[in-house]
Amino acid sequence: MNIKPTLVVIGNGMVGQYFLSQLAESPLKDTHQIVAFCEEIRPAYDRVHLSEFFAGKTAEDLSLVPHGFFEQNGITIHLNDKVVSVNRANKTVTSEKGIKFPYDKVVFATGSYPFVPPVIGNNRPSCLVYRTIEDLEQMVASAKNGKVGTVVGGGLLGLEAAKALRDLGLETHVVEFAPRLMAVQVDEAGGAMLRHKMENLGIRIHTSKNTREIVAGENCLNKMCFVDGEELETDLVLFSAGIRPRDELARSSGLAMGARGGIEINNQCKTSDSDIYAIGECALWNGMIYGLVAPGYAMARTVVADLQNHESFFTGADMSTKLKLMGVDVASIGDAHAKSQGALVYTYQNGSDEIYKRLVVSSDKKKLLGAVLVGDASGYGTLLQYYLNGIELPENPDSLILPHRSDESVGLGVDALPNSAQICSCFNVTKGDICSAIEAGCQTIDDLKTSTKAATGCGGCGALLKSVLNSELTKQGVEVNTDLCEHFAFTRQELFDLIRVGEIKTFADLIEKHGKGLGCDVCKPTVGNMLASQWNDFILENSHVGLQDTNDTFLANMQKDGTYSVVPRITGGEISPDMLIALGQVGKKYNLYTKITGGQRVDLFGARIDELPHIWKELIDAGFESGHAYGKSLRTVKSCVGSTWCRFGVDDSVGLAIELENRYKGLRSPHKIKFAVSGCTRECAEAQSKDVGIIATENGWNLYVCGNGGMKPRHSDLFATGLDKETLIKYIDRFLNFYVRTADRLQRTSVWMENMEGGLDYLKSVVIDDKLALCDQLESQMQYVIDTYQCEWKTTIEDESKLKRFRHFINSDQHDENVIFVEERGQIRPANEGERKHFKLTEVT
Amino acid sequence: MNWLNVCSVLDLQNDSGICALVNGEQIALFYVQNTVYAISNFDPFGNANVLSRGVIGDLKGKIVVASPLYKQHFNLKTGICLEDESVILPVYASRIENGTVQIGVTS
Ligand SMILES: Cc1cc2nc3c(=O)[nH]c(=O)nc-3n(C[C@H](O)[C@H](O)[C@H](O)COP(=O)(O)OP(=O)(O)OC[C@H]3O[C@@H](n4cnc5c(N)ncnc54)[C@H](O)[C@@H]3O)c2cc1C
Ligand code: HEM
Ligand code: SF4
Ligand code: SF4
Ligand code: FES
Repeated sequence: MNIKPTLVVIGNGMVGQYFLSQLAESPLKDTHQIVAFCEEIRPAYDRVHLSEFFAGKTAEDLSLVPHGFFEQNGITIHLNDKVVSVNRANKTVTSEKGIKFPYDKVVFATGSYPFVPPVIGNNRPSCLVYRTIEDLEQMVASAKNGKVGTVVGGGLLGLEAAKALRDLGLETHVVEFAPRLMAVQVDEAGGAMLRHKMENLGIRIHTSKNTREIVAGENCLNKMCFVDGEELETDLVLFSAGIRPRDELARSSGLAMGARGGIEINNQCKTSDSDIYAIGECALWNGMIYGLVAPGYAMARTVVADLQNHESFFTGADMSTKLKLMGVDVASIGDAHAKSQGALVYTYQNGSDEIYKRLVVSSDKKKLLGAVLVGDASGYGTLLQYYLNGIELPENPDSLILPHRSDESVGLGVDALPNSAQICSCFNVTKGDICSAIEAGCQTIDDLKTSTKAATGCGGCGALLKSVLNSELTKQGVEVNTDLCEHFAFTRQELFDLIRVGEIKTFADLIEKHGKGLGCDVCKPTVGNMLASQWNDFILENSHVGLQDTNDTFLANMQKDGTYSVVPRITGGEISPDMLIALGQVGKKYNLYTKITGGQRVDLFGARIDELPHIWKELIDAGFESGHAYGKSLRTVKSCVGSTWCRFGVDDSVGLAIELENRYKGLRSPHKIKFAVSGCTRECAEAQSKDVGIIATENGWNLYVCGNGGMKPRHSDLFATGLDKETLIKYIDRFLNFYVRTADRLQRTSVWMENMEGGLDYLKSVVIDDKLALCDQLESQMQYVIDTYQCEWKTTIEDESKLKRFRHFINSDQHDENVIFVEERGQIRPANEGERKHFKLTEVT
Repeated sequence: MNWLNVCSVLDLQNDSGICALVNGEQIALFYVQNTVYAISNFDPFGNANVLSRGVIGDLKGKIVVASPLYKQHFNLKTGICLEDESVILPVYASRIENGTVQIGVTS
């Protein structure tokens, strides 16, 4: 017999799942039996980032449910089964599949559905909506057979959908009933600027258009006929005309409804039945339906508190939003339309850069009431804080939107924020929460994300979070010294610029002009590496050799006993039987331990320093070249077998991998760089764990950047999709050189990205949109490095003077007696301590 | 003190190291600012004869070599390890005479 009270959650969407996750963290998890019903075939996924599905994210990537979540928390979930009735008299719920359950409490989290305007023909083929993964799959299918797509509705979601259609390769139109785009969020002038920007991106905008009916088209599948008599031929029609609450079940259960739909709730999110709650987009609070996740999450928290008899209120939510539509920043705060009594308005319009900003302030100019930003939303965080916390405005409020071209800073210092200021609205994290986390030891954005969850939802609060962190650390006296070392009071990036701009070619020159002392094992290899990135001289030139770590000095990786490994390049992991035999013969002749590495090539271990040139001579004669395993440079471009052999292959991953490896081999970089190329989205080459990953798709190559395996794995970020090879290579050229110039020493691309102000969007703006007007330089520098490539081993064995150091003793041909091998599994390995002692004893006797 | 010839100054690598075998001992020779420094080639942390292949430099005024294995620093003049002063490497007398590098041995 079950004695625990039963809690039934109807709907497992974003809010329903968040509610479950909050339950799981509360004592309710143990005191209640929790049952959830989910109409969809899969548990909750991230609708907010739904559009990323088109960029290659899978349903699994979008999932909001950690692996094993339901099992671990004792929650029963019924997937693909919706609740069809709630009998309040008997206190039972019944599902479509016939499961009947007694309940103590019910939570409705049934969300909303897209509103489809009642025009004739709205159910014709390829007339679709945009809400679920299934909708997106249908869009992809329809787009395959069409050329033109039209979105009905020019609001937030409509414009996002337009981007999706454009990315699917369709000629894209947006039809809006109102006279301007995003009528809810932005004012007329902002709407006009937005329209202009969208049109520049190739999207056709039709405003003040009322659709009368949809009929069969002549050139396209469909034809839209407007009330004004005009017509538009289109294959796909996508309705994005607002949402309506999914309240049918609540209605049939007899709960109180709003006049225009929505389940009425009070401040505790209780419906008219005190055992039933409603949260998320199905709930109507104070006459409002909130179509955003943050208010839904706030409702969920309220219910979790209320169930524990903790006092808690939902008192409405802020609807300010910021988003990027096809690279265009748009933000709206509070009363964007200046409807408040006595409101004053400031506007800034910059036609040449296409920026529009508007401030709405109170009549005494003390409080911010609202704002609209188009084209540049960098001030959003600051303005939102003024608005939410009622902070008094500066004397001239317009200074907040006027461009500041001198050094003066008008941004609101984070120190001015009260501890109660909400920094992350997705997860309700206040400045106070963040400060406590920092006091408890968090030192990085990553730490804060893990411990407070801030910036892990929409990500909009990232910049602000970083400011709070920096300011708090400074206050704690954590001095952030960025000097490279005691010899140079510069960061690596600053030194790189000095080398580049001052055309400095040697360490001696650099330290004389910009440093002091002799240098050390931090700055010397770093500078040696930068000189190589920029000028690409032979690294064993006399002026450079003293800078190199031992691995670079001897062009091989030192192992624990002082011997070295030999790693020839095997581009893309492709090797002919003859080459493999040649490799085997060398290994055998010099009695080397051989192993296949994770980078799809073969390492030969146990080479004495004096053997290295001989081994390499034989390898080079057999057609091999240096694999640069010793350098901070490109390692390998791993590949799957790709379309040449694989049944699923979409493109030739091996061919591309070989081409890329040959292109970038030898490039010296702040740390090692690894690539991989997969021939289809099955991703056998694991490209999404690499610094640069490439995946073939039907539409071209998808480029991923800044992934990492190793100590701290990071999934790479999708950088660009559907690229042809030329564009792909151009982007990688730019990306690599930007990394080379700006990363810290020994900073992999993953950490570089984590620390980049502006993150992925910023990187895109530099590499794709050429925001810093740097791309020409980056490309020509890459071409220079490619043109000056040399196999360092070939150069070395051809130069007598360089070979002099490849012996253990300068004055004797003896070997290092400390290097002792024993046999294991048929190959050599260094002897361990015990074995060594034994060996020495037997030698003496 | 008995001075043994080891090699030519031309065998040295400026701002870097080489290793010589003297009376059965492995000695790391470093050539910095026209001076030769000589310490044991054995890295007591990594238990390998590798110090001659480390990067040299100065830290707070002391001329040092960094072990290529685990990066501890050793003072070239005293043999003292900067990270653990209880570890002291043998140091050898050294000089350049008429273009020849010499190591001084007592007895
Ligand atoms: C493309 C897109 C982009 C968006 N972008 C943003 C954004 O940038 N920022 C933002 O804040 N918001 C955004 N939103 C809105 C956000 O996704 C919603 O606010 C959020 O999903 C609401 O969560 P919910 O749980 O209330 O509803 P849903 O996520 O819709 O979940 C409701 C679930 O309940 C199920 N259900 C319904 N009835 C039953 C029943 N009787 N039995 C069982 N299950 C049932 C439904 O099938 C559904 O799975 C976006 C939405 C879309 C579609
Ligand atoms: C002294 C330190 C290290 C040495 C000597 C070393 C050596 C190697 C070698 C020889 C390979 C094979 C590479 C090739 O084929 O080119 C390799 C692969 C690899 N190393 Fe290291 N490594 C070191 C440190 C690290 C660190 C710190 C990380 C993690 C951040 C790391 C992560 C990896 C990974 C993930 C591979 C597999 C490569 C792939 O699949 O592409 N290594 N390492
Ligand atoms: S990634 Fe695709 S093409 Fe490559 S081996 Fe796997 S299934 Fe085949
Ligand atoms: S994982 Fe560790 S033990 Fe293995 S090769 Fe890398 S550094 Fe060495
Ligand atoms: S505000 Fe969305 S993640 Fe912080």
